[in-house]
Order: sequence, then structure tokens, then C-alpha cells
Amino acid sequence: MEQEARVAVERSTPLSISPINLRGKPRFGENVIEIIVFICGAISIFTTTAIVIVLFQEAWMFFGSPEVDLVEFFGTTTWQPETGRFGIWPLMTSTLITSIIALMVAVPLGLGAAIYLSEYASPQARGYLKPILEVLAGVPTVVYGYFALTFVTPVILQGLLGKENVEIYNMLSAGLTMGIMILPLVASMSEDALSAVPRALREGAYGLGATRLETSLRIVVPAALSGILAAVIVAMSRAVGETMIVALAAGAGPRFTFNPLQAAETMTGHIARISGGDISYASIQYTSIFAIALVLFFMTLLLNLLSGWVASRFREVYE
Amino acid sequence: MATAEFSSVNTLQSNGKYAVELKNIHIYYGAFRAVNNVSLQIERQRITAFIGPSGCGKSTVLRAINRMNDLIPGSRLEGQILFHGKNIYDPDVDPVEVRRRIGMVFQKPNPFPKSIYENIMFGPRINGWRGTKQQADELVERALRGAAIWDEVKDKLHQPGTALSGGQQQRLCIARALAVQPEVILMDEPCSSLDPISTLKIEELMFELRQNYTIVIVTHNMQQAARVSDYTAFFLMNESRAGELIEYGPTTQIFQNPQDERTENYISGRFG
Amino acid sequence: MSAQSMDQRDRPTGYLPEGADINRNIAARRLRGAIWQAIFVSSLIIGLLALATLIYTIVDDTFGYIAVQTKVDPEELTGGRPLEELSKEELIEILRANVSAGLFRRFDRDEPFSERSKESVLQLVEERVVGREVVAAYKLTESLLERERIEATVRERFPRAKLEFHSWINREFLTRPMSSVPILAGVGNAILGSLWVIAITMLLAIPIGILGGVYLEEYASDTWYYRLIETNINNLAGVPSIIYGILGLAVFVRALESFTSGAMFGVTDSNGRTILSAGLTMALLVLPLMIINAREAIRAVPQSLRQASYGLGATKWQTVWHHVLPNALPGILTGTILSASRAMGETAPLIVIGASTFVVFFPDSVFDKFTVIPIQIYNWTSQPGAQFRSIAAAAIIVLLVTLLALNATAILLRNRLRRNY
Repeated sequence: MEQEARVAVERSTPLSISPINLRGKPRFGENVIEIIVFICGAISIFTTTAIVIVLFQEAWMFFGSPEVDLVEFFGTTTWQPETGRFGIWPLMTSTLITSIIALMVAVPLGLGAAIYLSEYASPQARGYLKPILEVLAGVPTVVYGYFALTFVTPVILQGLLGKENVEIYNMLSAGLTMGIMILPLVASMSEDALSAVPRALREGAYGLGATRLETSLRIVVPAALSGILAAVIVAMSRAVGETMIVALAAGAGPRFTFNPLQAAETMTGHIARISGGDISYASIQYTSIFAIALVLFFMTLLLNLLSGWVASRFREVYE
Repeated sequence: MATAEFSSVNTLQSNGKYAVELKNIHIYYGAFRAVNNVSLQIERQRITAFIGPSGCGKSTVLRAINRMNDLIPGSRLEGQILFHGKNIYDPDVDPVEVRRRIGMVFQKPNPFPKSIYENIMFGPRINGWRGTKQQADELVERALRGAAIWDEVKDKLHQPGTALSGGQQQRLCIARALAVQPEVILMDEPCSSLDPISTLKIEELMFELRQNYTIVIVTHNMQQAARVSDYTAFFLMNESRAGELIEYGPTTQIFQNPQDERTENYISGRFG
Repeated sequence: MSAQSMDQRDRPTGYLPEGADINRNIAARRLRGAIWQAIFVSSLIIGLLALATLIYTIVDDTFGYIAVQTKVDPEELTGGRPLEELSKEELIEILRANVSAGLFRRFDRDEPFSERSKESVLQLVEERVVGREVVAAYKLTESLLERERIEATVRERFPRAKLEFHSWINREFLTRPMSSVPILAGVGNAILGSLWVIAITMLLAIPIGILGGVYLEEYASDTWYYRLIETNINNLAGVPSIIYGILGLAVFVRALESFTSGAMFGVTDSNGRTILSAGLTMALLVLPLMIINAREAIRAVPQSLRQASYGLGATKWQTVWHHVLPNALPGILTGTILSASRAMGETAPLIVIGASTFVVFFPDSVFDKFTVIPIQIYNWTSQPGAQFRSIAAAAIIVLLVTLLALNATAILLRNRLRRNY
């Protein structure tokens, strides 16, 4: 024992001549990199802050000008910058009408497609159907705008309802096309939610003698409901913020109407048209688009937060 | 019509000795043969246990009895499974009806994310149940009493079934199966995810259920098979990885006086 | 209903179908199942049909008969030789002989004839002397199915016009700049504009996006600001693109005008509505997308690889640089391509920034005014007239083919990535 110990000591001596320093050394390069990396991650905060500051600043100018007041902005139904009348309702109603039409198309179709893909389709069928939906999702919105104006309005709507009943620009055509545009979004998000429902639940239902339809509609869909709801809310947010389709097909002038066959400009359409023209930075028209954008920003933010919250509740249940 | 004949047999009045007969069944997943030539008869109002090492096909055979394997793409069965003298794999038989008559309880408790009450009523409702609100209440109470869970949940019938403990969830799933008035209940390792006390409760429940139902249980736990079952079937994988039935008989005989050497090796714990 | 089943209905637990009722019950459920399955399938089919109709509409507008009428027959000018075979000098002579002296001097002032290429002179001759003019345009379906009717109409209304089959998408369309005459218009400068904008966008978004992803996956600990950044990025991805346009308008076009217009660098004759502003705005727009994709790619790198690297005494950055990023590369590349294709098809923010819709010159610096393909599509779609429809459709084909190529690359890369792990 003693000898062994001595040997061990002797062996360790050469090492102990130069003691190892395990204390942390300053690594300047690593610190710089960490800071750079942090800044890259934090740039998104600057983007958000900039958006909020810009919108509030210009909207403040807008509401501060003598021609406008908040009550008029949120309480009246005429938007006519030329005569100094700024009631946001005409823009708001057409935004809501086009979005609701879009949801009326996208939600049932998207959900139907999702149920088919998740509950009925064979893996092979899913393998080639999903990429096609992805193609539909990847088509730029300006192309859908072209489609609304050159096909949906003249061929479908005017063909079915008569030329004299449907204006060239109308909310229905924009809404329907927007519905096709967001259909893949609803379908893929809902399909994710349906697929996340454990197999065991489906087996439980089948084991009680349920048919495929009963299992899908009474067990799987309710179990995935919050995920599907999150998809619907995201789709709503997408529709509210969509610009090109409504700019091309919905109309080029604010109009307070609830008739979807008439033309009426949406919030996004109005921003695009006004800012696309040559306007003076000092004019009230210029600041007015920031006020509209502020409302739009909060509407979509609210919807996105709501959707995130609903989706996280869904994840709590199954993950 | 053959289906009509099959369906019109009143379950309670039928009095053959066997509830289910498996005749030379082979089960395939695609080209792979998972189960090879299994024949056995399951006696009415008895508990039959399927035992064997994992991968021996015992669960596959169990799931064949109420056509749950149909849900797996590419699966196929050769041979016959007779239920009331009718082959349930005949093309004119609807698996939906088979599964109502032959209920199933799964390895992991899988209550639906609905209230306890709705969990019970789901099966009857989809199967065309008609009745008043009071009759529904009565049905729920009977099912829950039948699964020996009534006293624990009677005050929270409208709370979600998923909020119960694991053992309670499993008994809820049994109650759910009872509510559609099946004749046979298949249990696929029903206690494998439960603690010993919950396991004991389920085992006691099985003894109760035996008076009215035929029970087939898959278990990897030999003590459990020995404790609860009247008959035991021992399965093993052959050289080509297909499950085969090695020995089948009264539980006492299988455990005390096995005829096959492989059975003896298995129950004495030499492998598996 | 039989008397027996009436009895059973009186049972305290209600009535479950027995006997013949079962068959009725199951048949009804099966029928319901089949109907609903048809509904589910048809919702998918409607989606596919919409895609097919979209493609049909585009193709229908892109090809078809046009009726062309010229002021002068080119054969008369040249004595039977095709215009293309003439030398530059001969073309200049034709031009001098057929336009007013003042107009000829103006062409010379714009760009001296001695410096002009033969193609440029040829274009002038075609535009000003021959005066090829499309007087009517027809869709592909009509052209194929109703040829006689079209021929009759054209003969009657434009007796001098010739009917020819025209593909609106062709080599000239891809290379020529914008023009107010549809048949002479092209997307050449819009393609170049798109490339410039994408280049600036990706130049900024790629490094920042990747490093942002590295921060969130590798460096950040679970602190309040990490969660703030994470939530913020997810929400930014949902902000409508037009809001980014507004941001770009206020910040890049207006507040930083001296930088984005190039005034700071001695460029005059420009305002802030430049390629640079567009690229910066688009970079902000695709950044959340880039970061989210980079994160996913980095997360997919197995933890064991990092541990092995740390185990050998590597620092954090060495681990990230030598092991994590190379392994995450295919995924990051996929995300990059998807971000680029998003930026490629995005229109609304550029309209707000003020991408000029009528630009005839090719951009050659980041301080130039510009147009991009989607803006051209927007502009042409909103013009009245079948010929503008047709060039819009041709531009859509250019855009969609580009995007399809990008996405196909991304999918191939994704599949390669899957095989590696």
C-alpha cells in the first residue's frame, strides 16, 4: 500500500511542475460574437418598436390636425379626404365583408380538405395532394388579384348573376378569391391539429363501433378544436391584412355598403392606392394612411395573439 | 340476407358454449406474416388470457377478434373467426357492428376529451340509442356501477374524463365499453400503465364482469394471467418471426402442468 | 316498429337497436358516411380545381390570335427584303426618309445614331415607320375553337390587318423594358429590378437571420428578454406585409432619404423611392421567416454533436461555426430559398414604398428607381384592355416559373436533408 502510494506521488510530480490554470481566461472574441449574435436576435424588437413608433407618431399628427377628431374617425361612415371627412367605417366594413366572405369559403373547404387528408387519405394520396396545396399557398397574391379581376368577376359572378347586377370591382369576387388563397393555410394548420390527436382516441371510438365519419366528426374534430380555431383566427388575420387581391378586385374608392356585389375599398386597398400615388409628406392624406395602418396593425396583432393563445392551450392537452 | 341473420341473433339468448371461435387464422401486414395458423375457442362468460413474450402476436390476434386490424393499412386475415356461427370476416359483415358486439379496452386509458357523462353516452348515441334524459342518466349510472367507478365519480359526471387518475380512467373506459351492451370485452394489457392498487381494482372488476361478459385479456404479466383467468393461451414467435399458438388450455393446467416444453420454460421465467 | 322493440324502449336505460333495426341503423350511418366523405373530397377537389382554373386563365390570356395592322408594308420600304437583314445605315436612311426632320433630330439627341446599335435603330423603324399595331387580341380558347368567327370579324372590321398566332411570352418580352404599347412591352427591367431587390434583401436577411437563429437556439437562456424576442418574432411573422411597406415608407424612404436616395454619396436626381429602400424593407419583412427557419434547422442538429465538440474543449462559437452551422446548412438553405421566393412575389410593401410602375430604363445602381415583376403584373392587370391582360398573364408565367423553380430546389434540398439524418 505504502509503496503504491509513493509510486503514485512520484508519477504525479512531473505534472505538478507546471500547475494547470483552470481559471477562466478572458475570451474577447467570444464576447464580441455573443454581442453580435444577440443584436441579430434582437433586431426583431427594433422592427416592432419602429413599427409602433412610426404608426403612433404619424397617427398622432393625423389626430392632432384640426380637421380630424377621434369621435369622427371611429363614429362616422364617410371617408373623403378631399372634403376632410375621415370616418373609418366604410374602409372597415369592406375589410370585414371581404374577410368574412373569404372565411366562409376557406373554413369549410379547408377543414373538409384537412379531414380528408388526415382521416381518409392513404399516405400515398396525402404524399401528392399536400404539395399541390402548398403550390396553391405559394402563388403570390397579386396573381390571385389578376384571377379575381379577369376570371372570378367576369366569368363566374357576372356569368351567374348577370352583368348588370355585378360591378366590375366588387367585394364578393375579392372575398371568394381570398378564400381560395387562404384555403391551404386553413387546411394545413387544421391538418396538423387533427394529426396531433392521439391514435388511441380514434381506436377508442372505433372500438365502440363508431364509423370513420363518427370518429372524425365526434371525436377527432372536437379534440382538435382549439387547434382548428387557431387556424381560423390566423386565416382571419391573413384576410384582414391581405392587400393585392382587394386592391385589384374590391374597388378603388371608399364606400359604405353592405352589398357584396358593389365596389368598396378596404383599409389595405386604400393604403396601397394612396401611398402608390404621389402624395406630399405634409398632407393629411399621408398621415391618414398611418392612422388606418395603426388600426389594421392592432386588429391583426390582436388576432395573432388570440390565435397563439388558443393554439398553446391546444398544445397543453396533447404535448 | 346473411347480415340480417347475423344481426338478428339475440345476444343474450344465444347459448352455444363458445363466444368466439378462431379457425386457422393467418394475419399479414403487407407481405409479412405476423400470425401463423392460430385456432382456439373462447368460452362464454369466462376470462381467457393471452400470454407470451413481446412480439409474439398476442395483441394482433386480440385485435383481429373485433377487426381493429382493419384500421392498419395493408393488413389482411386468412381463416375464419366465428361469432354466433358467422365468420366476422365475411364480406357482408360490417366491422362497425362487430365492434359494438365485441368491445375493447386499450393498453393506455384513452378517455375522450369530453365529460364523464359524454364519454359513456358516446357509444350508445352513435349506435342509434333512443331514450329519455332519465333513461340516459340510468344508462350512465349502470355502466359506471358496472365498472365499479360510480361512487368515485357520481358527483362529477360533467367534469372531463381526462381529469381522473390513470386507474379511474381505465375503469371509465371499461364503463364506456359496457354502455353499448357488448357480449365480449377484449382487454389489451389493460393494467400495464397502472399502479398495483389500480391494477387490483381492475382485476376485481374483471371477476364481477365475468358473470355477464366473455373477457379476453392480453397480458405480459404471468401472475396476472394466473390470478384472473380461467383459460390461458401461450403464444411464441417462430423462426420467421410470425406469432404462433403454442399451447391453450385451462389456466391451472397451463401453469401447473404444461404439455409443451417451451411453455414450461416461459412460465418458469427462463426467457421472455 | 314491432311490439317487441316498443317494450325495449320502455327499458330504464333506453333502447339500443336490435334485430332488423341494426341493419337500418348501420345502413343509414354508412350512407351518411359516404355523403360526408364525398363532401370532404370535393372540398379538396374545389381547391385543385381553383388551381387548375387559375393556370388555365393565365395560359388562355398568354397565347392566342392577334390582328396586326401596319401603317406601311415593310416590303414596300425595303423592296422585298426582310427588315432584319438590312444594315444599320440602310435602316437609318429608311428612318430619315419616313419621319419628320424634327423627330429624327430628337432621336439623334437622345442617343446619337453613330452610337446606337442596329437593334435600337430597327426598333425605331418598327415603332415609328412600320407602325405595327395590334388592333385586336383573342384568347387561346377562342383562337382554337372559333377561328372562323375571328377571321370574319377581323376581315370586316380591320380589312388591312393580318391575323397571326402570338405568344405574348417570348424572348423579346423577357428582355425588353416597359412600354406603353403592350406588344412592345417587356419585363426585362422588371426582372432586373426584382433581382436587385432580392439581392439586397437576402444580403441582409441571410446573415442576420442565421445569427438571430443561432442566438435563440444556442446562446439565449430562458430569460424574460429571450421570451420577449421569441414572442415578438412569432408575431412579426403575422404582421400584414403592407405594414412593412408603411414602415419602409416612413423610415427608409422618408427619414433616411439622404442615405437611401444616395444623396449622401453624391447621387442626384433621385428620391428615397429606390432599390435600396425596397431591399431594406423586404429584408425586415423576411427576417422573421429567416430566423424561424434557421432555428428549426439548428434545432435539428443532434445534441450529441455539440457535446462531442465541447468535450474536445471547443468554445461555444467554435462549436457553432464548425459543427452546428455546417450541419444545419441544408435546412438553412431551404429556409433561405423560401424566404427569397416570398420576397420575390411580395407586392404590397413595394407599392407603398412607391416602386414606380412606369420605368423604361434598366437599373444600374441601388439608388435607381425601379420596378419589379409583381408590380408590373399589378399595373398591367389594372389597365383596361385585353392586350394588357395578356402581358400581365405573360408576366405571371415568368413569376410563377421562377417561384416554382425556387421551390422545387427547396423541396429537393429538404429531401436531401431528410436522407442525411
